[in-house]
Amino acid sequence: MKKVLGVGTAVAVLGVLIGLYVADWATSFPKTVAATSAPASSGGANLTLETVAAIGGKYSPTHPSWVSYLVRSGGQWVHSTDFTVPANSIVHVTIYQFDTPTGLRNAFLGQVQGTVGGTATVDGKTVNTVEPEEASHTFAVPELGVFVPLPGVPEESKHLCEEAPCEPSTSDHRTITFSFRTGKKGRYHWQCFVPCGAGWLFGNGGPMQTLGYMDGFIDVV
Amino acid sequence: MSEPNHARRFGLIWLVATLVATPLVVVLLGPELPPGNGSQQASGQVTDNTVLLGMATPVLLLVLIYLIYAVIYFRQPKGAVLEGPAIRGDARIQTTWIIVTSVLVLSLAAYGTVRLLSDNGAGSGSGPTPLTVPSGPKLRVQVIAQQWAFTYRYPAYGGVEVPHLVLPVNRMVELHVTSLDVIHSFWARQLAVKADANPQVDNIAFVEPTHVGTFDVRCAELCGIWHGEMFDHGQVVSQSAFNTWIRGAQVAYGPATKLLPPYSRTYQPLPARRGG
Repeated sequence: MKKVLGVGTAVAVLGVLIGLYVADWATSFPKTVAATSAPASSGGANLTLETVAAIGGKYSPTHPSWVSYLVRSGGQWVHSTDFTVPANSIVHVTIYQFDTPTGLRNAFLGQVQGTVGGTATVDGKTVNTVEPEEASHTFAVPELGVFVPLPGVPEESKHLCEEAPCEPSTSDHRTITFSFRTGKKGRYHWQCFVPCGAGWLFGNGGPMQTLGYMDGFIDVV
Repeated sequence: MSEPNHARRFGLIWLVATLVATPLVVVLLGPELPPGNGSQQASGQVTDNTVLLGMATPVLLLVLIYLIYAVIYFRQPKGAVLEGPAIRGDARIQTTWIIVTSVLVLSLAAYGTVRLLSDNGAGSGSGPTPLTVPSGPKLRVQVIAQQWAFTYRYPAYGGVEVPHLVLPVNRMVELHVTSLDVIHSFWARQLAVKADANPQVDNIAFVEPTHVGTFDVRCAELCGIWHGEMFDHGQVVSQSAFNTWIRGAQVAYGPATKLLPPYSRTYQPLPARRGG
């Protein structure tokens, strides 16, 4: 009888521990960051992001070498890929791109799609395409039809940023801007389409499949 | 009181129930079965599902009626603990069972094979060299899967690639399904098309949409963490609307078309510098 009781207790404790672990995993979402209101002249909201080759130990002690997006909030770079933007409005996005090229798997995504005017600016120049092999990442919200390729920093650059946070004032980067219209309220998945998860099968594992790195959600509220 | 002839009584109940229920199931339930009538292949699958259900109904009734009959007539009297007679082999029952189940299974296998061949794969991916190919002109559309989106390429229209699938009604479409990374599966539910999207494989499926409207596209192969987000909506439009749309798509996606590699049955994605 004692033996049965002991085994039963052990199984129950193990079950509770597994349940707690799963609950913790299932509820551990990145912090949601709200887009800031844009000036009245342009209207809508502003979203400022950066992409880095390595997130670094400061933001991710467990995966310091993973490629990642960060978002600007309160004058700081925040490690999150969950953004809140207003419904039925224009979102003005600025991305500081600090990573080197990897290249698109599908060259079709080299065309800027779903933005206002069907264009983006790269370092101040208006473009509607990026050479597929020059893409370092993409910012894409498939359900909203938004696909924006982000060209990489040349590998021979002298001031490459090693790990986050990267500052435009001190490291070589590309600046990409574009605007897109949000529709009805909802939660939309966004992701990078460049296989940039170095060291993973087809480059699409690790940071490409983990919230908070190269994919996340846009909450249209 | 003499024991009634249970076998005869049970057989009669089953026969009556089968004669009543099977036509009802076929006539009333059959037309409501998935996947509907969005394409020639979808209508064919409804017929197939109706045949399967029609053949399964007598078997289901056999099991259910036997269960209910046994509960009513063979249950243990209250307070008594009885051991039934030892069960010995019955050659007639065993032979009948083997013959009936064999006929059922083999006839279904024959029916399925005939349907697959007569309907050019019945909406399924038939590999790079399908056993049967529909006669007449066909619109070739390439379905390209990657984590986590489908795109579609029309080689007859300058190789333009688009993010959403649009098909003309009443025209045979030859889908060439492939993948740029891991294994996916292209599933257009209302059109009754499902074809594996494997890297370096040109998987061909045929479909002829018969109704104008929208349809859902989903990945039907667990392909990574965002598999559930790999969905899309397609459209079946009239031939004239399709002509207008494809002309617009050629203009809208003209810049991307210039970046694309020449149309090929499969692609070995570049660049060499990709992660991994």
